[in-house]
Amino acid sequence: MRSLLIAKREFFSTFDAPTGYVVLGLFPALAAVLFFLTGPYFALDEASLRPFFASMPWLLVMLAPAITMRLWAEERRSGTEELLLTYPFRLRDLVIGKFLGAWAVFALGLLCTIGVPFTAAAMGDLDWGPVIGGYFSVLLLAGASLAIGLFLSSITDNQIVAYLLGAAVLMGFNLIGVAASAEAMPEEFARLFLMLDFGNHFHAITRGVLDLGHASFYLAIMVFFLAANGVVLERRRVR
Amino acid sequence: MLPKEDAPAVVKVTGLEKSYGPVKALCGIDFEVPAGSVLGFLGPNGAGKTTAIKIITGYLTADAGKVEVCGLDAAEHALEVKQRFGYLPENNPLYLDMRVSDFLQFTAHAFSLRGAAAKQAIERAVLQTGLQSVFRRGIGQCSKGFRQRVGLAQALLHDPELLILDEPTNGLDPLQVVEMRHLIRELGKTKTIIITSHVLPEIEALADRVVLIHHGRKVADGPLAGIACNGHGSCVARVTFRCTDCNLDGLLDQAEATLLETRPSPFSDPSICSALIEVEGSEGLARVAQAAADRGVDLIELAPQSGTLESLFQNLPPGSEL
Repeated sequence: MRSLLIAKREFFSTFDAPTGYVVLGLFPALAAVLFFLTGPYFALDEASLRPFFASMPWLLVMLAPAITMRLWAEERRSGTEELLLTYPFRLRDLVIGKFLGAWAVFALGLLCTIGVPFTAAAMGDLDWGPVIGGYFSVLLLAGASLAIGLFLSSITDNQIVAYLLGAAVLMGFNLIGVAASAEAMPEEFARLFLMLDFGNHFHAITRGVLDLGHASFYLAIMVFFLAANGVVLERRRVR
Repeated sequence: MLPKEDAPAVVKVTGLEKSYGPVKALCGIDFEVPAGSVLGFLGPNGAGKTTAIKIITGYLTADAGKVEVCGLDAAEHALEVKQRFGYLPENNPLYLDMRVSDFLQFTAHAFSLRGAAAKQAIERAVLQTGLQSVFRRGIGQCSKGFRQRVGLAQALLHDPELLILDEPTNGLDPLQVVEMRHLIRELGKTKTIIITSHVLPEIEALADRVVLIHHGRKVADGPLAGIACNGHGSCVARVTFRCTDCNLDGLLDQAEATLLETRPSPFSDPSICSALIEVEGSEGLARVAQAAADRGVDLIELAPQSGTLESLFQNLPPGSEL
């Protein structure tokens, strides 16, 4: 309940900044353009949203750090972190609240892409099962990406640094599977890298199979980075 | 109401220690803040004032020592303790993107005030701090003086027993300083206040008790008048007396005091004289009073003066800037 108070504040304050317009305007527009104009949609001659969802991990590399970069870094730079931490909130209320706020912002942006499947459905026979599964997996992927971005925002007081770190780390999580295919890679590492690869889990869910293992991976990433965020804040009290 | 000296302690700090790496910021300070008192927490820049305040408010943890607020251990009962105080941090950090009304609403909810209770609390705080004219304005569009009032309003919102104000007049223009001091003085009538500052006249104007720290150690603690003349070197006092044929030099010689300057009499009566004198601590003041009594001089006023805390700071060991 206390988390929701923080989530609400973060949600609305996003739309006082340009980030809000990027999420609500640029993100859906870019997703649609990538799908209809540059993707293989028309060439495939079928009503499938697979290319649309395939662009999401890369859009999130850019978008997730944009949503999270200010969440802690700006609090720290402006000193308002001291207000928050001396109000009667538990650290977990603050961390979870900020995370939920960011997730809600993204979810609203994702909702704005709803025109894409409806347009596709109007142009052909669309199977809605994978579409719903796809949206669900995008939300999970976004949750993991935002938790990482939020954590990285807590280790700096510079929003730009937080953004660049977030984009770099998310890119790493999306490319780590490529490293697994290197010939010289020992098998144990290859397995580990494939297990950590965001795209690997993402594409498995978007194929329409709701596998709890893949969903749990994203949930585990969220829990890990939110806990790490709490540890950073607690360590800063001790400093 | 209990005299402040005998009142129960709202804040009790025991053996507080804190280091930043190799730098020792606090070396075991102890002090108490009696209920209903306004405590001036004084010290040169870097003395450890803000560190101590940040520990009391729970923003930082101490390496050793204990903080009790309203009888509750601040480390064990952090959330309950945070409900008991209002805090205006140094530099008054605020969410500049929010409107005053929204920010106060958020603060009210943070302190678990909802519905009518929140509305009532906001109305009271706005009235107390005079924010009516900017209530719907963005905080970023408010003047520095109003922002300081917003900071004070958020600290007052849940009607806490204890107010902690870290450098509350920092960066304000002289008129705003006067307004802020007036506000704090009014609040001091009903609340226990800790106010930090390195502006001595401010503390003299507002506080009735002073804790002076230097290099992380407490060097003085007590009522303001006692601190001003507590044996830390000389102190300046104004003496006003009535006599027709005064031998001021003789009186001062007897009291081992030094005449600094004679002052125009504050009264129209020509037989009343006033002077600034320098004496050695509170003992020196007592000797002046005794000498006046011995010589049959009517002593009207004998008061430590503004500037005495400056002399106290000047008598501190070197190595710090004010």
